[in-house]
Amino acid sequence: MKKIISLFVTVMLLTCTLTGCGGSKEAVATDGSTSMNKVIGALGESFEADTGITVTYNATGSGAGIQAVQEGRCDIGLSSRNLKTEELEKGLEGTVLAYDGIAIIVNLNNPVSDLTVEMIARIYTGEITNWSEVGGSDTEIVLIGREAGSGTRDGFESITDTEDVCVYRQELTSTGDVITTVASNPAAIGYASLASVKDTVKPLTVDGIAPSEQTIKDGSYVVQRPFVLVTKADAELSESAQKFFDYVTSGEASEIISNAGVVPAN
Amino acid sequence: MKRGLVLDDFERTRNRKPRFYEKVIHGIFLMLGLITVGCVLLITIYLIISGIPAIKEIDLINFLFGKEWASTAAEPKYGILPFILTSVYGTTGAILIGVPIGFFAAVYLSKIASQKLRSVIEAAVSLLAGIPSVVYGLVGMLVLVPAIRELFHVPDGASLLAAIVVLAVMILPNIIKVSITALDAVPKEYEDASLALGATPIETIFKVSVPAAKSGIAAAVVLGVGRAIGEAMAVMMVAGNVANMPSLFQSVRFLTTAVSGEMAYSSPGSLQRNALFSIALILFLFIMLINATLNFFLKRDKEK
Amino acid sequence: MNTKRKLYIGFMRAAMYVCTVCTAALVLFLMGYVMGNGIPNISWELLSTKPSYLSGRIGILPDILNTVYIVLVTLIIVLPLGVGAAIYLTEYAKNKKMVSVIEYAAETLSGIPSIIYGLVGMLLFSNNFGTSLLAGALTLTIMNLPTVMRTTQESLKTVPQSYREGAFGLGAGKWRVIRTVVLPGCVDGMITGCILSVGRILGESAALLFTAGFAHALNGIFGALASPGATLTVALYVYAKEEGEFGVAFAISAILMILTVLINLSAAFVGKYFGRRRNV
Repeated sequence: MKKIISLFVTVMLLTCTLTGCGGSKEAVATDGSTSMNKVIGALGESFEADTGITVTYNATGSGAGIQAVQEGRCDIGLSSRNLKTEELEKGLEGTVLAYDGIAIIVNLNNPVSDLTVEMIARIYTGEITNWSEVGGSDTEIVLIGREAGSGTRDGFESITDTEDVCVYRQELTSTGDVITTVASNPAAIGYASLASVKDTVKPLTVDGIAPSEQTIKDGSYVVQRPFVLVTKADAELSESAQKFFDYVTSGEASEIISNAGVVPAN
Repeated sequence: MKRGLVLDDFERTRNRKPRFYEKVIHGIFLMLGLITVGCVLLITIYLIISGIPAIKEIDLINFLFGKEWASTAAEPKYGILPFILTSVYGTTGAILIGVPIGFFAAVYLSKIASQKLRSVIEAAVSLLAGIPSVVYGLVGMLVLVPAIRELFHVPDGASLLAAIVVLAVMILPNIIKVSITALDAVPKEYEDASLALGATPIETIFKVSVPAAKSGIAAAVVLGVGRAIGEAMAVMMVAGNVANMPSLFQSVRFLTTAVSGEMAYSSPGSLQRNALFSIALILFLFIMLINATLNFFLKRDKEK
Repeated sequence: MNTKRKLYIGFMRAAMYVCTVCTAALVLFLMGYVMGNGIPNISWELLSTKPSYLSGRIGILPDILNTVYIVLVTLIIVLPLGVGAAIYLTEYAKNKKMVSVIEYAAETLSGIPSIIYGLVGMLLFSNNFGTSLLAGALTLTIMNLPTVMRTTQESLKTVPQSYREGAFGLGAGKWRVIRTVVLPGCVDGMITGCILSVGRILGESAALLFTAGFAHALNGIFGALASPGATLTVALYVYAKEEGEFGVAFAISAILMILTVLINLSAAFVGKYFGRRRNV
């Protein structure tokens, strides 16, 4: 019985120390956009290899990441859309890390390989409902999109000018999910971060231009959006977070960024 | 005189000390006992505090009976009728499929199956109960959704139907287990009397044993309802998540998936996030109602 | 026997057979499908490394460790609370109304869906401790409280009243009786409660997504508690949904399935072992 009591006491002490020790170790916490998974993962890994400081990445979504910075729950927020004015007014600051193309993807068996921005918009607003109207087979188009608030959806809808009028068949919560669904449904069309697109789906050319580092950089591939690092304007970053921030915005990180499939801003 | 005083003091300290000690311990246990009540209150209060503001702003009637949900539109609309109806239809569908299967299987296992077969299938059912909901979602997403697309020739299989099937499978173990417990508890004399009167075993089971266990079976159904209406992850993986009014082959959004789908992307303090908390509050009210019903059946069972 | 009666009997019998076979077939299919897709994907490399973006490798070691940490911490907190509550109900509480209020509260807690725990946990714990395993563990503590309480209570009821009376008769105080007679008698309830809780924690995802997050960093126990991390089930969700890595997802599913079988077996074993000992 004494054992149980002493166990109990140890436990209590343990919980006390546990709650006390948060935040004391050297680490950079990042939180936000699911689309930035690859790029931040790769940057964090090489940064850790160089400096020994760990970088944690919590893929929750752009909105949640911005909130986390604001509430001080992470060092750097990750957003795959530009900050809104009300967010800037709350004392947040955005630094563009890279530009990412939003690939318009279809099933590998779909004969369609090029669409214009206007056609894409008409498909997503439900004006065009059959693949035969854009040169494909006679099947109903299945529109796959992202959930409200997603940075990718934000970017896609604002570029194609279809804000709030898209008639989705499925609203999925992540980039990978969209790719999987499009890969398994021959009639589906979806949009996803180019960095994450695998060879299980076919990215379309838009207005005849294929998404690539070159076309995104010179702006000829129009469906693109920024990857933004979000920080507080009035508060200073912790020493290690500042180091990480400097590292990822410096020129030496640009190779890692482009290896991750996106175009570095610097 | 002096001696008496000393003895008196001695007695007093001897008696008081243990009493004080016991009182402290009693107090500690009282606090531990009340922890569950505290948790329920805490959850209720937190949900009400965070759920009320949006309902106030949107107006209860518009919120509950609005047919359109467009939380990020320039002119946002926050009507959750599609979610409520989807949750109700989805749960009803799951019950319609899951309960008969679970019920008949439970009757067989409790009354007819040999001890050996029963223990094997019961172990299998326990396994079914222990499988994480995400695994159901995964299998549903990779097997069920394409199957529905092929079978019913619809453009996309992620639909209310897929969610119903997944939910029916998920509530099956609860229904079977609770029903078996209820059927096992039927006094042997009832059945013996029925058999002696010339009823066949099957007639005895369905006309005597089952009616005698009906409270317990009702509890099983209510428990199933509770689990089905509260499931989020598995449903999210197969239902398509568009805020449509429910229809069998349409992509739909449940109360639970409405909350979990947009939560990550909503910004803090915004009406959108508050409205999500309001949805959670509505879901919570549903659950409380179900719990009260469950308690009613269980109590009636106990009193019998 | 008239035809109507025969038909009725035949139909009911057929329905029972069909439904039982359906259930059994379903379990077999699920087991076969998950194991068949999962086991070939389990490799030592997967189990023993952390994921690397630079080399494109996926490892689930951090997720395994996170699961172990969160199970340990949750049990450490929930056990004294749940056992204490059960002791209060069976040993101290005299007020019948109070007992029924507490039991109703426990019932309510076990009926609340995990997504609501996730939200409340986010508001209560994540806003204070940050999105971290600790916040997740605290949320899971509330979720599992009723389980531990109920199993302990059940086993306390089986401690014969005469034991307590005997100890009181020897002059022991109430606390002493609880310590020396009651608590040792409910060890089986505590163990069963723990096993069931472990099962529930292993399967939990919705409540953890918003409280513990889903990072895959490799940490020591203290570091892990203070930082976000995915348990196996959350990692399964992330790999299946977010990254479309179905091989890994099935591997994790298979591992979870095997753990579920082990948990069910050990719960059955504990029941049998203590049942036999008590009868002696």
